Amino acid sequence: MSDIPASALNAARYAGYVTVAEMGPQGMITIRGNLRSTRFRKAVADATGLTCPKQRRIERKGDIALAWMSPDELMVMCPHADAPALAGAVMAALEGMHSLVQVMSDARAMFSISGADAREVLAKLAPVDLSPDAFGPGDLRRTRLAQIAAAFWMEDTEEFRLICFRSVAGYAYGVLTNAARPGGEVGYF
Amino acid sequence: MLVLTCPYCGVAAEETELHAGGEAHLKRFGPGASDEDFTGYLFGRENPKGVHFERWLHANGCGKWFHAARCTATLELFGTYSAQLTEPPEPIRKAISAKRPGWRWREFS
Amino acid sequence: MSTRLTRAGRLIDPTRPLEFRFNGKRLRGFAGDTLASALLANDQMLVGRSFKYHRPRGIVASGAEEPNALVNMGAEGRFEPNQRATTTELFDGLSATSQNHWPSLEYDIGAINTHLARFLPAGFYYKMFIHPRPFWKHVYEPFIRQSAGLGRAPKARDADRYEHFYAHVDLLIIGGGVAGLQAALTAGRAGRRVLVIEQTPHWGGRAPVDGGEIDGQPTEAWIGDALAALSEMANVTLRNRTMGAGIYDHGYALGYERVSDHAPDGGDAPRHRLWRIRARHILSATGAIERPLSFAGNDLPGVMLAAAMRDYLVDYGVSPGDRTVVVTNNDDAYRTAIALKEAGLEVPVIADARDHATGPLAERARGMGIRVETGMGIAAVKGGKRVTGVALCAQAGEGAAREYVACDAVAMSGGWSPVVHFWSHCGGKLTWDRAGAMFRPDADHPPTGQDGLPMVTAAGAANGAMMLDACMADAVAQARLATIAAGGKARKTAPPEVECAAEQAIEPVWIMPQGAPIEARSKMWLDFQNDVKVSDVQLAAREGYESVEHTKRYTTLGMATDQGKLSNINGLAVLSDALNAEIPATGTTTFRPPYTPISLASLGGEAHGELFQPIRKTPIHDWGDANGADWEPVGLWRRAYAYPRDGETVEQAVAREVTNTRENLGLLDASTLGKIIVQGPDAGRFLDMLYTNMMSTLKPGRCRYGLMCSENGFLIDDGVVARIDDQTFLCHTTTGGAERIHGHMEEWLQTEWWDWKVYTANVTEQFAQIAVVGPNARKLLEKLGGMDVSPEALPFMAWADGQIGGFDIRAYRISFSGELSYEIAVPASQGRAFWDALMTAGQEFGVMAYGTEALHIMRAEKGFIMIGDETDGTVIPQDLGLDWAISRKKDDYLGKRAQVRSFMANPERWKLVGLETLDGSVLPDGIYAVGQGRNANGQANVIGRVTSTYHSPTLNKGIAMGLIQRGPERMGEVVEFARTDGGRIPARIVSPVFLDPEGERQNV
Repeated sequence: MSDIPASALNAARYAGYVTVAEMGPQGMITIRGNLRSTRFRKAVADATGLTCPKQRRIERKGDIALAWMSPDELMVMCPHADAPALAGAVMAALEGMHSLVQVMSDARAMFSISGADAREVLAKLAPVDLSPDAFGPGDLRRTRLAQIAAAFWMEDTEEFRLICFRSVAGYAYGVLTNAARPGGEVGYF
Repeated sequence: MLVLTCPYCGVAAEETELHAGGEAHLKRFGPGASDEDFTGYLFGRENPKGVHFERWLHANGCGKWFHAARCTATLELFGTYSAQLTEPPEPIRKAISAKRPGWRWREFS
Repeated sequence: MSTRLTRAGRLIDPTRPLEFRFNGKRLRGFAGDTLASALLANDQMLVGRSFKYHRPRGIVASGAEEPNALVNMGAEGRFEPNQRATTTELFDGLSATSQNHWPSLEYDIGAINTHLARFLPAGFYYKMFIHPRPFWKHVYEPFIRQSAGLGRAPKARDADRYEHFYAHVDLLIIGGGVAGLQAALTAGRAGRRVLVIEQTPHWGGRAPVDGGEIDGQPTEAWIGDALAALSEMANVTLRNRTMGAGIYDHGYALGYERVSDHAPDGGDAPRHRLWRIRARHILSATGAIERPLSFAGNDLPGVMLAAAMRDYLVDYGVSPGDRTVVVTNNDDAYRTAIALKEAGLEVPVIADARDHATGPLAERARGMGIRVETGMGIAAVKGGKRVTGVALCAQAGEGAAREYVACDAVAMSGGWSPVVHFWSHCGGKLTWDRAGAMFRPDADHPPTGQDGLPMVTAAGAANGAMMLDACMADAVAQARLATIAAGGKARKTAPPEVECAAEQAIEPVWIMPQGAPIEARSKMWLDFQNDVKVSDVQLAAREGYESVEHTKRYTTLGMATDQGKLSNINGLAVLSDALNAEIPATGTTTFRPPYTPISLASLGGEAHGELFQPIRKTPIHDWGDANGADWEPVGLWRRAYAYPRDGETVEQAVAREVTNTRENLGLLDASTLGKIIVQGPDAGRFLDMLYTNMMSTLKPGRCRYGLMCSENGFLIDDGVVARIDDQTFLCHTTTGGAERIHGHMEEWLQTEWWDWKVYTANVTEQFAQIAVVGPNARKLLEKLGGMDVSPEALPFMAWADGQIGGFDIRAYRISFSGELSYEIAVPASQGRAFWDALMTAGQEFGVMAYGTEALHIMRAEKGFIMIGDETDGTVIPQDLGLDWAISRKKDDYLGKRAQVRSFMANPERWKLVGLETLDGSVLPDGIYAVGQGRNANGQANVIGRVTSTYHSPTLNKGIAMGLIQRGPERMGEVVEFARTDGGRIPARIVSPVFLDPEGERQNV
């Protein structure tokens, strides 16, 4: 086994008027289950150390984050090497509950989109209201990024994180860096 | 281009996030069904000018199917609701009655 | 002549001269010019030729409504035809050429058509090109193609970039004139999120040209104050050079921003940006467009809309002529006469078609010494490529000339039409305003939105409030309604104080003079670009075209690139008159987006070149790139078709890869295969419904091949299912099928069996999957070591987790080639490293990568079907001899009921067989088998077709699979296949399994 796991784009980085960077290998765990169940939410919270996020929100503590993906799906983000063990812990906590826990670290690519105009770059590609009133830190949205499905959330007021399937990482990086090219400033938000 | 609010994730999603799934509330007929029932299930569809019930998938989103009630003539939306229902719920029917008194759709009114 | 005046125009910066070229001629303009104003400043009145008759054409208008001044702009990657000179901002080095003439603008052969005009009336094409029918292909069509099209299509790839931008606002205001700015102030103060878009580079619309005062200051000062106030509001965004292109359902609107058209060398900016706007409400403050008058010769260069002439004078300091005759049916044109006179130019006469002119503007003109003739019109304009004079006549008569007046320009005004496009795009209805002689928005029938409430509000001149005082009062009132509709609160407020000249009422004039004879009417242009005249519309009416929509298409009225902005109302009025009907009874055509043509590239946005479409790549893709992979698209994936080596053709590479895999060892990047986890207490029950065969009985550790059908019974996918544990299955799908089949599963779980306890996860991309195939496959894995891969520990159709060469893997003993084969999954982040490890360790066993074509050939040699080759959405498993994979024990599965429908159970269906030509050649793909006799159309009866066909390197002959009527009953029979050249190819029906029918090669 290779010691260094390969991410889709080997941490490619582009500094335009907004900086776009592929974040290298990331740990991701898909959890499916009944989010309305208190027992389920508590089990996930116990295993991850995070409270279960509300609709379209993401919770973070240190290097672990827990994201709401749908009414029966959560996603844990953590260091790549920690994912199998953490998935095991979640699975153990959910023992006896109808659920699905699956390590998905390598199925996706994660990007950071950062800079004062980061909102603009995503607003060129996604049909989402990205004004500060409508979308802020901790908000998450699954949507369309140009021609692919993607999810993004705001880490802080000037940084978005975005995930998409690994096979289209090159396309995602292409449209993001294209949108971040100097000269394309919109000055809207 | 329509905007429908997904009842599962609460997003007012524009049509490019969605995928249309045809008529809502079809009853499945399987082995043993008569030719007439089975043909109706496969091919018989409402085509109203006015109130209509449809299935939509939040494809570029939370991945959930949901139901929408809308007017095919004006594109007015009466509401969206759970896919796990075999008929339109009362609040949706009321909302339609308020705007289209006397409406009928299949066996619903 | 037209020239630049010494008095600078309002928008011109005389300190910044610019140089540009028109038809190669070097000309000069100034910063702030449009191409049109700069051409006029250089006395370039002639700018193009009309579409049909190649008549000389001059600039008529000053904005988006211009029908004539369409030019080719730029060169090579920046060449673009049909650019309007009136909306093209001048920049240094601009190069434009005129269109639709040969050999030159001044001397054009096509102008002969103008003398043939008598023979080219409305509907000419329909009448002329119908008979005789055989002429169509070789005579008529080439002729029409030759003369079709305006401008040349660009040949080079577009050198610019384009992008989209999504904006969500409470209120979108289209139009940045005084009404739009007033509305922005109201909504902005109410705290609404407001976006104001204005198509020109300037704010305030035409108010500064027309004069008047708002709140005690000149309009220009008021506009400056309004802009200053709006720029202070964080919730208001102003975008100039951004045209409203269209309004669509549920508050969707497109804005077309010309980011760098005016400064093409200004760095790496996109050329156009398409704003995709979602607005709770839209306010249309788009102003009005002046109408021409229909008099003989109204298309000659030098005849111009009166307000446009005023624009050139005031905004750009350009005079279109030294002596200008003004002809009108309303008071507004007097402003032009006054402005011309004030600029020191001559206005020999104002011909006013009304029987009196006593308003303040008329009195002021008279006071300046301008001669005003009422009840007068123009009988004819004299001149060729330029106006030389006009013959005046009584409007009430038949055109007997009363007087000849020499002049070099004519300013005409037939009244104003509100720009109702944005009201109409989503179904708003119009009402005929008799007093104003115009269609304006009918407030009782607005376009409605998602909530069934009005989606658009029209304000100001766009709502028919033409005078400045009425316009501002309407803007204030409508802005309040729009603000409320946009979710805000707004009180009733008094409109600003407005000073403007009172105007005498317009008198509608649709034909000048009223009783003009046919010779005159056939020289009265309605549509300047498409050469539609009054006589054409009247002919259409006589020929029975009573619907305005039919007349439009028959005559091509309003079908040019200007979409009838100048011609629609005039044409409609002429039609109504010819039909002896009221204008509202005749109705109007429907305005559709875009408002003016927008670039196709802006619609595409970023989707061109490398970003045209997403390309999906596996973790092993780069190895393929480095090793000469010949890529083929499979869905959005790129898969290696083959890996040709130096000096090898693709065909040779494929043959080598097949042979090597069968004799030694091959590796296939199978990462694209779909992998879906299905888990839960009801997972087995669920898969029993999804697959035709029984999956719930599969033992953990084992694999089973399965077929999936739609409810129609047709085969939609196939693949191997592995049972992971009691409640967990892993379903493999075809390469293109992962998302589709995952969606199919979720659809049934969410919408039909929502009480079943099953979760799915699409784990396709979590794993790289590599097929290790061939007699040496086991040797390679054993060399790398880590787990027992012996036939006893890992028999055919079993799977196991373990380690190979230090990698955590899952190995499936499945085979799509008929060889000893392991499909090995590793986490995608290890995929490339694992592939490299296999490649390195496999050298001694003769390892080679193989591509999809080798895969296809090997599966065809074994008679395995391929979804998409053997299936096409009309094929059921029974057609493919796959009855063995259909469970008879199950009460139900998707497709079961459909498969007993009479047509599905018909023994005459085409069924899968193998095919071999008698001479060993390869059958063409898709070729049809023909039977006895002919069908009702005289065609040979078809009895089947080829679905897969290859040269088999293993057997050294052509092999094929096909669907043949009653095929399996006809083994050994020779059937004929029909070539497209009429020839026939005989082929023998054989078993589809060409190689190793006992499976001895894979079960080792």
